[in-house]
Amino acid sequence: MIELKRTANRIRQDVVRMIGEAGSGHPGGSLSAADIVTALYFNEMRHDPARPDWPDRDRFILSKGHAVPVLYSAFMEAGYLSRDLLPTLRKLGSPLQGHPDRRTVPALEASTGSLGNGLSIGLGYALAARLDNRDYRVYVMMGDGENQEGQVWEAAMWAGYQKIDNIVAIVDYNKQQLDNWVAKILDLEPLQAKWAAFNWHTIVIDGHDMSQILAALRQARETKGKPTCIIANTVKGKGVSFMENNVEFHGIAPTPEQVKQAISELEREAANLG
Amino acid sequence: MATRDAYGKALVELGRVNPNVLVLDADLSKSTKTNLFAKEFPGRFIECGIAEANMVGIAGGLAAAGKIPFVSSFACFLMNKAFDQLRIAVAYPKWNVKVVTTHGGISIGEDGPSQQSVEDYALACALPGFVVTSPADETSTRALVLRAAEHVGPVYMRTGRPRVPIIYPDKNELFEFGRAKRLLDGGDVTLIGCGVTVAECLKAAEALAQSGIRARVLDMHTLKPVDREAVAAAARDTGAIVCVEEHLLDGGLGSQVARAAAELAPVPMEFVGIIDTYAESGTPDELLEKYGLTAPHIVRAAERVLRRKK
Ligand SMILES: Cc1ncc(C[n+]2csc(CCOP(=O)(O)OP(=O)(O)O)c2C)c(N)n1
Repeated sequence: MIELKRTANRIRQDVVRMIGEAGSGHPGGSLSAADIVTALYFNEMRHDPARPDWPDRDRFILSKGHAVPVLYSAFMEAGYLSRDLLPTLRKLGSPLQGHPDRRTVPALEASTGSLGNGLSIGLGYALAARLDNRDYRVYVMMGDGENQEGQVWEAAMWAGYQKIDNIVAIVDYNKQQLDNWVAKILDLEPLQAKWAAFNWHTIVIDGHDMSQILAALRQARETKGKPTCIIANTVKGKGVSFMENNVEFHGIAPTPEQVKQAISELEREAANLG
Repeated sequence: MATRDAYGKALVELGRVNPNVLVLDADLSKSTKTNLFAKEFPGRFIECGIAEANMVGIAGGLAAAGKIPFVSSFACFLMNKAFDQLRIAVAYPKWNVKVVTTHGGISIGEDGPSQQSVEDYALACALPGFVVTSPADETSTRALVLRAAEHVGPVYMRTGRPRVPIIYPDKNELFEFGRAKRLLDGGDVTLIGCGVTVAECLKAAEALAQSGIRARVLDMHTLKPVDREAVAAAARDTGAIVCVEEHLLDGGLGSQVARAAAELAPVPMEFVGIIDTYAESGTPDELLEKYGLTAPHIVRAAERVLRRKK
């Protein structure tokens, strides 16, 4: 558990450094997703960095593709990508494209960035597993703002009806989107009841509490006959004081000065972890 | 100033004189600059959330009820996500919706292909009855936005993210849909651009002049209806045409101009644009260079077309 927390902390540092170096990007939604992505890649998922095309690997799709720095960092931690790439994010010729691009990083299961697409693609993978008698599982992370896209609910309805139980939808419920708070743009509430009404098993957790994340993923694995939606209450910008709940940091890179401050805060947090 | 900024400012101007104008956005008002209108006219700004298809449908209904809705998002999301609604709730019933997108083309830069738009001209041109525009600078953007509000019927306008040079220093320059602007005259070849490529065509014309080639330059700010007379005159007067667009070579400016030329006065043509691919992340300038849309590429295309000219 402590190791996972340390990993999440390192990933947060990478995210801040990468986006700072790039001069553009989306720190807020990357930081809110860091604990869940860590739990998936370093505890829950069956995968092998030596074989990104292993047919029986579990799949993760980052449907909120703008948060891709968190995934690049996890890929570096896991060994899919070299750490040397870190300063190349968003630069011409780099495999680290501004949004997930399967053409350049094959470990990405989908090219996303246009919100709303990920869950449907995940259902395709999940259905293929069923057709091929494979037991891999599929995880799709969406933004809360992203839940406003109609396609999400087309996918949700289909999965519930088809009882696709090898898929887990995770909503990074950080309460903010691009222009404002979700509740001020187009409120999702009652969100759990919506997913439940589409015949999903629902679990509401604190998305920064590692033991709750692991427990929810375990419960999802044990849930048969229904897809599972984990609604993870999170904080946008989590871990960096001046980014937390600050909608300005949805899509703005930190200055070099702010990177320094953020890293020192995260290092202090790491020290406190022991 | 970027053409998206000019759009935001023009909307406010329009809002002050026309109470019937409404603005709809899908969680991108900070980027599309419709936030300027939202600030001044909160009651006439409709935030739709990240739900472009629904937004366009709502706009259709508003227009049917007599409003003049302007709908905005990035070009890629609005045109691609809401294309069926653009057909069924706008083009087919001929409802009076103004579709103004920002972040057109690849010059949005670092965000990469999922946010870049390389197909919006083609999609918009494939909507019967739509006027399709792509202004090059702030003066033309403002004029065409005001014109769009007066025009009865659907209009598409693509604006861009990066700052662009001023092409029309006279802020009161008049623009009509379907009437190209002749920015430079010459008898050897015609360069036709729209949007960000107009400035590149002017640079290319300057470079060509160095080697004694005199180019005519047209700003084809309206792709549809294309200015057939200007195309025919260009063909007759210069005998060679180069079309330059920040778009796939399929179905955009080049297609519109080529059809007019083929029907009225066929001459050798070359086409500068993105060739059958999505682009990538990079700075706007790097991408325009890599994908062949800058002045040196236009010069080479002009040289090619001149060799083919009888
Ligand atoms: C279809 C589509 N519309 C608009 C955008 C532009 N956009 C990028 S991120 C974003 C807000 C996303 O909010 P949310 O899903 O809550 O993500 P998070 O807050 O976790 O970053 C928007 C509107 C997009 N990427 N895709």
